[in-house]
Amino acid sequence: MKIKVLYFARIKEAVNYSTEELDLPSEILTITALKNWLTLRGEVWANLFDGKQVVRAAINHNLVDDLAQIQANDEVAFFPPVTGG
Amino acid sequence: MSIQVQTEDFDVGLLLNQLRLANPSAGALVSFVGQVRDVNDGDSVNTLTLEHYPGMTETALAAIETQAHARWKLIDTLIIHRVGTLKPLDQIVFVAVLSAHRGEAFKACEFIMDYLKTQAPFWKKEITPTGERWVDAKSSDDESLNRWNK
Repeated sequence: MKIKVLYFARIKEAVNYSTEELDLPSEILTITALKNWLTLRGEVWANLFDGKQVVRAAINHNLVDDLAQIQANDEVAFFPPVTGG
Repeated sequence: MSIQVQTEDFDVGLLLNQLRLANPSAGALVSFVGQVRDVNDGDSVNTLTLEHYPGMTETALAAIETQAHARWKLIDTLIIHRVGTLKPLDQIVFVAVLSAHRGEAFKACEFIMDYLKTQAPFWKKEITPTGERWVDAKSSDDESLNRWNK
């Protein structure tokens, strides 16, 4: 299924992407599975998702936890804990 | 209820008067202004750049306002948050809450800021004399949020 993925702040700088369209294998159905799948891209991605830093996720503009289900055409975003205000 | 995400500055005095005069049933108007500090973690700050997630930012701020209105009897609320590059003493954020009496307005203003600090997708990057760095989230902000759920 096709999804859109956005990256923000230090994560955007680490992976050098701000947005991309992905066509996921059929077994990638959750945020955890997506993180693990992206980890296969190489060291930068593996370091990002190795659990040493907090990476928050949102689906269609709502904060979600890693067990959240991904559906076709979703907009998924990865970003560090927020620091506004 | 309204929200504004903008690069432009805002005039607090003007906003307070507009809100007050538009709401004759309100006996209380409580507001918060956040500004850029000239120092953070022991280093002087030259500029602060705020990145955000357009679309989600508006959704998150509107959800925070809706939650505040569900918890307290409020007459009106306004949240303004700036993005882009700011310098020390620049205003970053403005929250105003109007209610019939002060208790609700004081509580709701603090609630909105605590939620905004931990839920709204903004990220700060500082330029200091030694270089640039992303500002880390503070655990004290999570603790401030948690007390509303006790």
